[in-house]
Amino acid sequence: MIVVYIIVGVVALIAAGWVFRAAGRATGRPAFRDMDLSTAFGYALGAVVVVWGIYAFFFVEAAVFFRWAVQGIIGFAIAAWIFRFIGRHVGPDSVRRQFRAMPLTASFGILTILIYAIVAIFAGVLAPHGQAEVFANVNVLPGGDPALGGDPAFPLGTDQIGRDLLSRLIYGAQNTVGIAFATTVLAFLLGGTLGFLAATVGGWLDNLLSRMVDVLMAIPSLIFALLLMTIASAWAGSEKWLLTVYMVVIIAVIDSTRVYRLARAVGSSIVVMDYIEAAKLRGEGMGYLIFREILPNATAPLLAEFGLRFCFVFLTIASLSFLGVGIQPPLADWGTMVRDLSQFINFAAFSPLTAALPLMAAGAIALLTVAVNFVVDWMLHRSSGLKG
Amino acid sequence: MNDNAPLLKIRDLRIEGRSDETWLPIVNGIDLDLHRGEVLGLIGESGAGKSTVGLAAMGFTRDGCRISGGSVVFDGQDLVSASADAKRALLGKRIAYVAQSAAASFNPAHKIIDQHTEAPVTHDVMDKAESQADAMELYAKLRLPNPDEIGFRYPHQVSGGQLQRAMTAMAMSCRPDLIVFDEPTTALDVTTQIEVLAAIRRIVDEFDTAAIYITHDLAVVAQMADRIKVLLKGDEVETADTRTMLAHPTEDYTKSLWAVRSFARPVKPAVAEGSVPLVSVRGITAAYGKVDVLRDVSFDMHTGRTVAVVGESGSGKSTVARCITGLLPPRSGMVEFDGTPLPADYRKRTKDQLRQIQMIYQMADTALNPKTRIGDIIGRPVEFYMGLKGRAKRARVNDLLNQIELDPDQYYHRLPSELSGGQKQRVGIARALAAEPRFIICDEVTSALDQLVAEGILKLLARLQDELGLTYMFITHDLATVKAIADEVVVMKDGKVVEQGGKAEMFRPPHHPYTDLLLSSVPEMDPDWLTDLLAERGADNLGDAAIDKM
Repeated sequence: MIVVYIIVGVVALIAAGWVFRAAGRATGRPAFRDMDLSTAFGYALGAVVVVWGIYAFFFVEAAVFFRWAVQGIIGFAIAAWIFRFIGRHVGPDSVRRQFRAMPLTASFGILTILIYAIVAIFAGVLAPHGQAEVFANVNVLPGGDPALGGDPAFPLGTDQIGRDLLSRLIYGAQNTVGIAFATTVLAFLLGGTLGFLAATVGGWLDNLLSRMVDVLMAIPSLIFALLLMTIASAWAGSEKWLLTVYMVVIIAVIDSTRVYRLARAVGSSIVVMDYIEAAKLRGEGMGYLIFREILPNATAPLLAEFGLRFCFVFLTIASLSFLGVGIQPPLADWGTMVRDLSQFINFAAFSPLTAALPLMAAGAIALLTVAVNFVVDWMLHRSSGLKG
Repeated sequence: MNDNAPLLKIRDLRIEGRSDETWLPIVNGIDLDLHRGEVLGLIGESGAGKSTVGLAAMGFTRDGCRISGGSVVFDGQDLVSASADAKRALLGKRIAYVAQSAAASFNPAHKIIDQHTEAPVTHDVMDKAESQADAMELYAKLRLPNPDEIGFRYPHQVSGGQLQRAMTAMAMSCRPDLIVFDEPTTALDVTTQIEVLAAIRRIVDEFDTAAIYITHDLAVVAQMADRIKVLLKGDEVETADTRTMLAHPTEDYTKSLWAVRSFARPVKPAVAEGSVPLVSVRGITAAYGKVDVLRDVSFDMHTGRTVAVVGESGSGKSTVARCITGLLPPRSGMVEFDGTPLPADYRKRTKDQLRQIQMIYQMADTALNPKTRIGDIIGRPVEFYMGLKGRAKRARVNDLLNQIELDPDQYYHRLPSELSGGQKQRVGIARALAAEPRFIICDEVTSALDQLVAEGILKLLARLQDELGLTYMFITHDLATVKAIADEVVVMKDGKVVEQGGKAEMFRPPHHPYTDLLLSSVPEMDPDWLTDLLAERGADNLGDAAIDKM
């Protein structure tokens, strides 16, 4: 029966698209004249989805999360637009020129990253309580309304041993983002240097390094990281901070293989350039070649990769924490928060706000990932010189 | 249909290109008429908008460009306002396009003949078998070797000149009324260029096809076109019949284009007997892997003189340069500098030995680091070799910039991308000069430049030689450049020196047959040159065939 509905729906959409195109053609615009039916079908489908969305937003009582998502997206878009507007009219000329050619997605990404950075740096000031502070009020519900089991002192409530969730969410930015950033930088120092070295020297060094990297890349990275973390936790013993250092090093080494691949590929297309040959014939040393001639020309792809890699590292840390071998308690961390609060999702039907708790930590991860990718896309677009 | 109506009629064509947020004009109102069977030459330096006009004749613009006004009427149909479907029905069938680089335009994953048959089959002109038979016939007409078999090869399996002819055959596959040729021979050697030119002319005559021939080489356009239109920065300078245009150009700009080829240096006195050559190449044999690319190459270069090394691509002339600089240590033989042997590998040479030999590259785009400012590009060798820092370095760089006729205040902080091609090449020269060398290798330094700009570079090099007593090794395939600047000439073929001597004797018969072929293949401004040459050589005795006979 459902198949019949789908077929009828598709046929109706195609018919709607055809009518739309025919109506458009009657106006004589060239855009309609060269339009094929699949494009017209797409417009019809889009229109139906938009109408359905508006209906759900205003008239479907249960679509609480949908409503929040729509409000969130509109809110973010407005914030990004205002941010871009300010950027276009305030500040030095070079910055203003950047903002003038910026799409809304990129300004949203930059704004979000800025906010995360501020929250992470000033977590100690912004958070109402300490991240490891334990209160007597256990399992306070979010919302801050005493009638519904909340407490104004804990706007997002407390967890099962009485720690303030808002504070932990804020400190999570510091821990998760800070550690991910350190790890990514380490991965780039390692992979980038070796990659450029392999590209410049070539020969047996290139072969040796590349084969070693191949071996490391052949092992599934998350499983490999888990395995190494198990070994590391035995080494670290009771020193919890040492385990965090081990984690940074392990993830950095595993991720540096990807960076190495990119740096070597980019580097080897640069070393064949005549200006490298000119520098070699001048008698320049390896350091000058790599850092003064190759690196400035490789920054665009490396920077783009940095953004992507940062997201992957960030997700790996969150995954490891979710599995219990990442960032160790009592340090607050978004991955661990998702795991600890995951049971609350069952309350979605009764208290949407409570069910949103694990989603907040997950959403913080998702939001940063999306923001970083928007910025990376924009930078890639600029460095590749694509138009339109 | 009225036979007198032009096949293609372009009126007040305006094209704009997108730059950041604004649209800048590229073509400002060009008119053009093209009748059946007529060949129109479009010439101008790069940036003149000639390719843009050529593409617009097919109702097409590059990404980031748009036709902002005017009309392109092909056989009564306006291509500017035509629908995509209507254009699709015309393109490939009645209008065809031959691009500059056939190697880049063929799909490397399909056989040549499969790409050839695509258009006729799609447009229902012929079925596949007919089209294949027709392709072989066209290949034979274009004098491709083994016409029955060559189409079944992949593009990388045939030479550049053959590929360019195959592309012309492909454009002919539907017997179009109009073909746009966009610099079809610019990337080819002189000897190969002849074959392609002859082939294009023959086939255009035979099928009475109208053509737009875009090039920056005046001598080539003189052979091909019935009429010539000169463009400058998107404006028309003048239009006239080829013979009128060559004999009596009216506009100053056209006259300056015509005058470029007149640059020549005074002949220097002969080298004194027994003087020690500055650079002496002694019996060099070199190989990439197992393949010998140089066999027993020897020649001398004396102080203050220019030695031109000529030959077509693959003749090993650039490899000689790599041996002299030490990038490719030769298998046997050696290079002497001022009477003392140089270590074969550049890594074993002293800083001073490296300083004495500098290089200027063909592509200034890849020879200058795009992320380094001009002042730093030139300043680096100053600092590296002379140990100058701070103000002294800045002063030296300013001197060098003045020497290459660029204003230091204006150019010191610029990036290479903010310079024109000729200016970039000048910076490349300044970087070489900064090392205060005695010997400079110029590897095809003018071949990527427009003729007017190239002339400026040649004059600059000549002046610097007079002022600084430099010795040049000038690698080129352009014999006009050789005539202009060389004192001695070394002709290379297949990794061997075929002939060498002073310029005067080289350009005077008798020649080695290969030198003769090279010399006679350089297009001349005379519109009858190609016709006469073909008659003289006999139609079958062109390029490939002629070389094989040696």
